[in-house]
Amino acid sequence: MAPTTGPGRTPTQLDQGADTKGGVGESPLRPDGTLKVTGEFAYSSDMWHEDMLWGCTLRSPHAHAEIVSVDISEALEQPGVHAVLTYDDLPTEMKNYGLEIKDTPVLAHGRVRHHGEPVALVAADHPETARRAAAKIKVDYRELPVVHDEESALAKDAPLLHPDRDDDHARHVPHPNVVHRQPIVRGDAGAAARRADVIVTGEYEVGMQDQAFLGPESGLAVPAEDGGVDLYIATQWLHSDLRQIAPVLGLPEEKVRMTLSGVGGAFGGREDLSMQIHACLLALVTGKPVKIVYNRFESFFGHVHRHPAKLWYEHGATRDGKITHMKCRIVLDGGAYASASPAVVGNAASLSVGPYVVDDVEIEALALYTNNPPCGAMRGFGAVQACFAYEAQMDKLAAELGMDPVELRRRNAMSQGTLLPTGQAVDSPAPVAELLRRVKAMPLPLEAQWETVGGEPDVRALPGGLSNTTHGEGVVRGVGYAVGIKNVGFSEGFDDYSTARVRLEVVGGEPVAMVHTAMAEVGQGGITVHAQIARTELGVAQVTIHPADTQVGSAGSTSASRQTYVTGGAVQHVCRLVREQVLERGRERFGTYHPAWASAELLLEGGKVVTDGGEVLASLVDVLGDEPVEAEDEWRHRPTEAFDLKTGQGFGHVQYSFAAHRAVVEVDTELGLVKVVELACAQDVGKAMNPQAVEGQIQGGTVQGLGLAVMEEIVVDARAKVRNPSFTDYLIPTILDTPTIPVDVLELADEHAPYGLRGAGEAPTLSSTPAVLAAVRAATGRALPRVPVRPEHIVEV
Amino acid sequence: MRVTFTVNGRRHEADDVWEGESLLYVLRERMGLPGSKNACEQGECGSCTVRLDGEPVCACLVAAGQVEGREVVTVEGLAEYARERDGSEGRGSTGDLAPVQQAFIDAGAVQCGFCTPGLLVAADELIERNPQPTDADIREALSGNLCRCTGYEKIMDAVRLAAARADDSAPEVV
Repeated sequence: MAPTTGPGRTPTQLDQGADTKGGVGESPLRPDGTLKVTGEFAYSSDMWHEDMLWGCTLRSPHAHAEIVSVDISEALEQPGVHAVLTYDDLPTEMKNYGLEIKDTPVLAHGRVRHHGEPVALVAADHPETARRAAAKIKVDYRELPVVHDEESALAKDAPLLHPDRDDDHARHVPHPNVVHRQPIVRGDAGAAARRADVIVTGEYEVGMQDQAFLGPESGLAVPAEDGGVDLYIATQWLHSDLRQIAPVLGLPEEKVRMTLSGVGGAFGGREDLSMQIHACLLALVTGKPVKIVYNRFESFFGHVHRHPAKLWYEHGATRDGKITHMKCRIVLDGGAYASASPAVVGNAASLSVGPYVVDDVEIEALALYTNNPPCGAMRGFGAVQACFAYEAQMDKLAAELGMDPVELRRRNAMSQGTLLPTGQAVDSPAPVAELLRRVKAMPLPLEAQWETVGGEPDVRALPGGLSNTTHGEGVVRGVGYAVGIKNVGFSEGFDDYSTARVRLEVVGGEPVAMVHTAMAEVGQGGITVHAQIARTELGVAQVTIHPADTQVGSAGSTSASRQTYVTGGAVQHVCRLVREQVLERGRERFGTYHPAWASAELLLEGGKVVTDGGEVLASLVDVLGDEPVEAEDEWRHRPTEAFDLKTGQGFGHVQYSFAAHRAVVEVDTELGLVKVVELACAQDVGKAMNPQAVEGQIQGGTVQGLGLAVMEEIVVDARAKVRNPSFTDYLIPTILDTPTIPVDVLELADEHAPYGLRGAGEAPTLSSTPAVLAAVRAATGRALPRVPVRPEHIVEV
Repeated sequence: MRVTFTVNGRRHEADDVWEGESLLYVLRERMGLPGSKNACEQGECGSCTVRLDGEPVCACLVAAGQVEGREVVTVEGLAEYARERDGSEGRGSTGDLAPVQQAFIDAGAVQCGFCTPGLLVAADELIERNPQPTDADIREALSGNLCRCTGYEKIMDAVRLAAARADDSAPEVV
């Protein structure tokens, strides 16, 4: 029996009223701002329905084990329990899901491949009842040996994670425990190395970082009269979820109606499914609405993480600081399931040389299947790991040459027209040298800011902070620089489109535009920008943002720094279709009254149709009358193509984003504690669509990079078990750990992109980490080849 | 068990409360006040910060039974709380929002917004206690509130803005 009422709280249209201004290039307030500061914004974990049940997941305590038996009888007998589901209850032949490769079981069958893999589900009338019932499910495991690094994964007798894999990469990988491998060869690195006056090599390591979005995985599934289900959910891409959910439920896609609920951050961690299918299954089986909300412990197991990586690099240079060649090998740990690993490999390989001119390269990047936690998308996506290593190499090379590290970078900086290792020319501005010049030119923060007038030092400004570990003794300042390159949009031939629906009508005597897309607003402010685009293109003040749902076509993913470019591009395109219809209607109705209707270039401005000379021809209210104008269309950026599997050559990326950082740190060299004093950033964004939001992206990305530099790591032991799944043990930067972040925004238009904009969200996450490490190296003289850097690395206890 | 306490000036009652339920759960799931957020449920992130008899606390770490007969202010009641404290003449308040709420919107301190309710309650309490905080004071007072989106710079701007707008001796800050 489906419930007869709707949820008690649902996402609403966002409307800012008639006095709201702000087109492209301005910084109007967020349409959801008031709801968010009053506590009324409906996040996915706030969904509520009368008579709803709570779902709970039982997860594997082992990283690799055979499931000998599962006994749910005692759990089912608990008062208040409505359903207990295992693999045997899955309704169709489709038991798996996955972004590209459907290798992830909805519920484990016969074998668990990583710590925390879902095994069973419970629905009960109270979350604690559900948790206690789940604890009464008896699962008999037989532990299996784990593979947890390259050596164990590629050993001759290594257990295979997916022995029957038949995905597209299976044919070309050197070992079944390699998800995907991408070599890139260009020029002749061996010959070029002989021209080098100096050669530096290095082995680097990046730990497993977590997205640590604050809003936990959560949602509400409501069974519907027609046998379908309504799902209120926080995700990065509704339609990608839908294509994975519907086949498992055995429902046509139109019977799985999804509405985006408030998303508490994402950063890549919501690209993969978490509780979506589980909540729908429980709702369909019980006939009741089911809410699932992960707690923080479960959240650490409920989403993929950033790939940890090992990277080997060799660079050569002539005495005058020109790089002769680069060789590298990047091994990413993809964990137990594929997730986004193939695309992460493509990024790591194609961007492994960084924003530099290097004609002779030998590159290999690959991702492993192991029993470690699955890894996939996180802000920076393959480019973060490479940037940490190539920027450390630049500093090493500069030291070897006795050259200033910024000068070395400047001499090798790419610019418009430079060929990437893939042979693809960078065909829009690439102001790498200019960004470095700008961060270097910023005034340095004052020395010893902890000193107060005649008093005790302010320990809050010292390494160790309120732990009161130093009053300045042993504290050494260091300054470091880094710059990075990130691709924007989905690459390698993916059909990366977006859909928008725009309606213009008269409401209460005013023209109002309604923008409806399926774009996931995850905090970035895409909805603010959509309203700005509609105001600019349609000349209206009032814009209403329709909730994102699957009643409109796909908007693609809120990832890869792509949404302002692609869904923004779709909104711009469709607004222009609406404008053409409005003008056409104006010509029909009023064309005979004024010759300019036929001859002049016409614009929509200030609620009126005007000529390019500024003459008003009619008001939008008069042209529209009581008949709305509506249009919907898809919009695509330029197509890309796959990288050649052997040479890595190909037009793989559509756009690039560049940022540079200067880090100033103070290190307590006796205790190994780091205080980041300032982290300045310069970034080219093409066009700052909303300058305030752009700064927010740059500062937020910068601090995630700081976290990776000095504190953030999911610790996985040799048995592939996660040791620190909590905010007590996995630390992210607090406001006390965070420095001032001066931002210098450059706007060099990319002629291929809407308004000339450049995707901005990820680039600042890249260069932040290596800049901090460079500064810590400068302060300590240590090599520090691994992030996050820990006190014991600095003081070598 | 039944628990009765005052939330945002109104008496609330909840029945059939299990002894292990937190104040956060009762607010969110039994009293229809989901503004306080559930990001970690272990007192690390501050997203559930509320005032309990005036003290800022993590509602996830307070058992609902401990709140019997006491007074709670959540983000939903922050505007009214500030109005009563500051008087309707209080500077920096705009319409239905507390000054700190308006400052967060104006300064761009809200992205995903999940940390916002807890930060607002904490920042409002800071300015109440210390109307002209230094940057170091702000960082110390808000160090129990994690934000993953903003890098905290706009949050600093927002608190500075709220404090400046509330300062009668200072020129008007827009």
